[in-house]
Amino acid sequence: MNVPAAWYLVLAAVLFGIGAFGLMTRRSALIMFMCVELMLNAVNLTFVTFARTLSDVGGQATVFFVMVVAAAEVTVGLGIVVAVFRRRSSTSVDELSELKG
Amino acid sequence: MAHISTLILLLPLLGFAVVLLNGKNMNESQIGLVATGVVGLSFVASVIDFVLLLHRSDREVTVQLFNWIDVGTLHVPAALLVDPLSITMCLFVTGVSTLIHLYSIGYMHAEKDYKKFFLYFNLFVFSMLALVLANNLVFTFVGWEGVGVCSYWLVSFYFDRDSASSAGKKAFIYNRVGDVGLLVAMFLLFSRTGTLTYLGVFEKAGTLTPTVATLVVLALLLAATGKSAQIPLFNWLPDAMEGPTPVSALIHAATMVTAGVYLLVRMSPVLALSSSGRMTIAVIGGVTAFVAATIATSQKDIKKVLAFSTVSQIGYMVLAVGVGAYGAAIFLMVGHAFYKALLFLGSGSVIHSLNGEQDLRKMGALAKFLPLTYPTFLVGWLAISGIPPFAGFWAKGDVLTNVFAHNKVLWVLAVVTAILTAYYMSRLFVLTFRGTERFREETHGHEPHESPWVMTTPLVILAVLSVFGGALALPWVHHDSLANFLSSTFGYVAPIASQSTLSQWGLAAVDIAAALIGLAAAFSIWRSRYEDEKLTPKFLEQVWYWDNFYDATIGRPLEDLAVFSDAVIEDEVIDGGVMGLAVGIRRSSQGVRKIQSGFVRHYALAMALGLAVIVVYLVARVG
Repeated sequence: MNVPAAWYLVLAAVLFGIGAFGLMTRRSALIMFMCVELMLNAVNLTFVTFARTLSDVGGQATVFFVMVVAAAEVTVGLGIVVAVFRRRSSTSVDELSELKG
Repeated sequence: MAHISTLILLLPLLGFAVVLLNGKNMNESQIGLVATGVVGLSFVASVIDFVLLLHRSDREVTVQLFNWIDVGTLHVPAALLVDPLSITMCLFVTGVSTLIHLYSIGYMHAEKDYKKFFLYFNLFVFSMLALVLANNLVFTFVGWEGVGVCSYWLVSFYFDRDSASSAGKKAFIYNRVGDVGLLVAMFLLFSRTGTLTYLGVFEKAGTLTPTVATLVVLALLLAATGKSAQIPLFNWLPDAMEGPTPVSALIHAATMVTAGVYLLVRMSPVLALSSSGRMTIAVIGGVTAFVAATIATSQKDIKKVLAFSTVSQIGYMVLAVGVGAYGAAIFLMVGHAFYKALLFLGSGSVIHSLNGEQDLRKMGALAKFLPLTYPTFLVGWLAISGIPPFAGFWAKGDVLTNVFAHNKVLWVLAVVTAILTAYYMSRLFVLTFRGTERFREETHGHEPHESPWVMTTPLVILAVLSVFGGALALPWVHHDSLANFLSSTFGYVAPIASQSTLSQWGLAAVDIAAALIGLAAAFSIWRSRYEDEKLTPKFLEQVWYWDNFYDATIGRPLEDLAVFSDAVIEDEVIDGGVMGLAVGIRRSSQGVRKIQSGFVRHYALAMALGLAVIVVYLVARVG
C-alpha cells in the first residue's frame, strides 16, 4: 500500500498544530514540554516524508540530529522542571513571572 | 676635557644621589659635608676646564654624552657645549653655590628638613649646570624646568606656612607662563631651521625671515621675563622670599633668576636679526629696573628690599642685552652674583641674630653686635650702590656706558634707577646697622649674637670678591678681559660709537654722582627716623598695585568663571543632560515594558506569529 506523501504532511501539520496549541494554552510545564516534543516530531515527520519523495537521505540524517538534540533538551528541561517543582511545589508556568516588565 | 666637563655636571647629581639613597645613615654634618663637597669639587672641575679651554685655539668644544631623542628629522643629543660663555657661567654658579652651601650648613642647623634642603640644593645646582652647559635648547629646557621645580620646592620649604606654600605656587605658575615662550621659540626655530642645537641654529640663523626672527626673540623675551622676574612677570620673586635665606641668595639672586639673561645672551646670533626685538628687550629691562627700584624704596621687610633690588639689577642686565652689550650683561651678572649673594647672606645673618625678625623697623644699631656681618654687608652695600672701586661700579658703569651710546632716554632712566638703587640700599643699611636699637623686644632683651664661622666665612670671601670683582674687566687672562674672552660666543655685538676718554670719564663721573646723591639723600632722611608714611607711599609699598591689577583682570574673572561653571555648567548642563537622558529613556520605555507579560505562552505566541510572518513573506516572495 502506497500512502501519498500529502497524507504524511497533513498528519505532521495536525500534530504540529496540536503541539503549538497545547504549548500556548496549557499551564503545566510538563505538559508544555510534551507539546514541544510533539512539535519536534511533527517536523521530523515532514523531514522523513520529503526525504522519501525526493530520494534524498539528507532529510533522514537531519532527523537524527533533531532527535539527539531533543534528547539532550529533554534532560536539561526535565531537570529544570524538577528543580522548579521542588522549590514551589507546582509546575504552573503562570507563577514563574518574575521577569514581567 | 670631555671627562672634566661631564664631571662638572654630574658631581652635584652624585651628591644628590648619595644623600637620597644613603641619607638615613648619615648625620647632619656628613650630609652637609657631602652636599657642599660635591659642589666644591664641581667648582674645581670648572676651574680646570676653564684653564684647558684657555689653552685651546678653538674655544668651542662639544661633548657628546649620548643620543637622546631621535625621531624622524628631530635629532636631539644629550651633549654639552663648553665655550667661554658656558664656562664663565659654570665658574660663578659653582663658586657661589659652594659658598652658599657652606653657609647653609650653619643657617639650616637643627632644621627639621635639613636633609631635604640639601637634596634640593644639589639637584638645583645640577639643573642649573645642565641649563648653562647644554648644547641644545631641549637640554637647556630640562635644566630650565629643573631649576624651576627646585625653586618651587625651596620657596615652599616651610610648607606648613600658608604664605610659603602659596608663594611657591605663585613662583611656579608665573614661571610656567614664561616657559610657554621658550617652547614657542623652540617650535619656531625647529620648524624653520630643522635643528635645535645652538650651533646648528646659529649656522642657519641667516635663513630666518625678519618676522620669524622677531617672533623668536619676543618668545625668548617672554621666557626671560618669567625666569628672570621682569615686567610683566616679576611679581613672583618678592613672594619667593618665603624660602630660607640661603635659597633667596642662591636661587633668587645669584643664579637661577639670571638664567633668562643667559638664554638671551646665548641666543645673541638670533637677537642680532631683529632690531625691534632688541629694542623691546631694552625697554622691558630699563622699565623693570626703574619700577622695581621705586618699589624697593618703600619696602619694610629686609628681604623684600633685596628681592626688588634683584629685579631691578636684572633689569639692568636685560637692558644691556637689549642694546647689544652682552659682555656688559654677563659682567654685571657675575658681579651681581657676588654682591647680591653677599647681601642676602648678610641679611640672613642679621635675621639669624634676631631670632627670625625681618622687619627693618625692628632692627637698628646692629653694627657693634655683628663684627663680621657688619663690614661685609658694608662692602656689599657700597658695591651695589656703585661706589668705586667696588665691583658694582665697574659692572654697572659698563652697562650705563653702552646704554648711553645707544639710547639717551633709556640712559636717563637707568641713571635715575642708579640714584634710587643707592638710596634704597643706604636706607636698608642705615635702618639695619645704624640709628637706634629697636630689636630688644624680639631678642627678649638679649644681645644679638654673631653667626658661626661656617656662615661668616662665605661672607668674607664674597666681600673680597665684591671688592675686586671689577678686575674681571681688566685684561689679565692671556690679555683677555672678560668681554674679549666672551666675545667669540656673541653673534653680534652692537658697534659702540668710539667714545673719547673724556666722555668715558664724564659718564663715570655721572655714575659716581648718582650713587653719592642716593647715599646722601638716604642718610639725611633715615638717620633720624625709621618710619615715614610720606616717603614710603602705599602705592610703592603695594608694588604699584600690580598684584591687585592681575587679581582684578585675571584672577577674579577666572574665579567667577569657575564658580559659574560649577553652578551652571556642571549642575545644569552636564548633570541636567545626563539625568534628562535617563529620565527620557525611562518615560519612553514605560509603554513598551507592558509587552513583557512574564507568561511563557505569550512569548510562544509571539514566536509563532513571528514565524508565521516569515513564512508568509517567504512564500509570497517565491510565489
